[in-house]
Amino acid sequence: MLETILFYFFATIAVVSAIFVITRHNVVHSAAFLAATLLSVAGIFLTLHAEFLAGVQVIVYVGGILVLFVFVIMLISVERNIFERQYNRQWTIALITTAILVAEIAYGLFRGKDTFNLPAPAAAAAPGAPAAMGNSQQVGFALYQNYLLPFEIASILLLVAIVGAVVLAKRKTQAEESGVVPGMPFSRDS
Amino acid sequence: MVPTYYYLLLALALFTIGVVGVLTRRNIMIILMSIELMMNAVNINLIAFSSRLQQVTGQVFSIFVITVAAAEAAVGLGIVIAMFKNKETMNINEIDLMKW
Repeated sequence: MLETILFYFFATIAVVSAIFVITRHNVVHSAAFLAATLLSVAGIFLTLHAEFLAGVQVIVYVGGILVLFVFVIMLISVERNIFERQYNRQWTIALITTAILVAEIAYGLFRGKDTFNLPAPAAAAAPGAPAAMGNSQQVGFALYQNYLLPFEIASILLLVAIVGAVVLAKRKTQAEESGVVPGMPFSRDS
Repeated sequence: MVPTYYYLLLALALFTIGVVGVLTRRNIMIILMSIELMMNAVNINLIAFSSRLQQVTGQVFSIFVITVAAAEAAVGLGIVIAMFKNKETMNINEIDLMKW
């Protein structure tokens, strides 16, 4: 009973906040509503008994990605954007295409909604760690025993992303702009 | 006990709102936020099935989706900042030249 109430509570907040994200004129308002959406998605994870993912969602998504968004908005936001036309010229075609997509997926879900009531398998048959452990422990066992290679590849991906982001956004020093390579004689065209 | 079907419908709703946001808005920051919405919808889907099947694989997959979303947001925002140094606009309609 409580689980149903919590699900409807978090689901309503998530959907309403998401609609506000894409319709606000002010970008900072959109970022605030995105924070509400991400926090309610973390609540949905909690109702699904995925406590570790709920913590990761709050820390990484809200505390990392959203803060990064707000910083970039602070750096590059221009005031005139609030008063200009907000939507594309192709918004009718976009809405029609999205409606077709939603109709397809919703029809598929509706036709198959009884097949999602799969019987829960016995605990011994699950390929993850056996039950009676905490959720973080199970996820940790799975990450470090069965999925170790994707874990390491993900860390390399994060390293590449960090280096790429710094290179993209770095301000060139005056020496670099004037064509001088530090340490090389005769490196500037005269 | 909430059936899995309702979680999938919630994921569909969030995904649709994200798609509409990407296809309709002119502001680059809101397009990036809509992409994050779509990834959250995928995560809800994965974790709903992980809970239904009593396996932890879906949650591990979700961790990797969050990782990739973080990397993509960082690089995407770096691109936005680099683009902003050329032309001080946030509208994708006005970014229409390769180099001048």
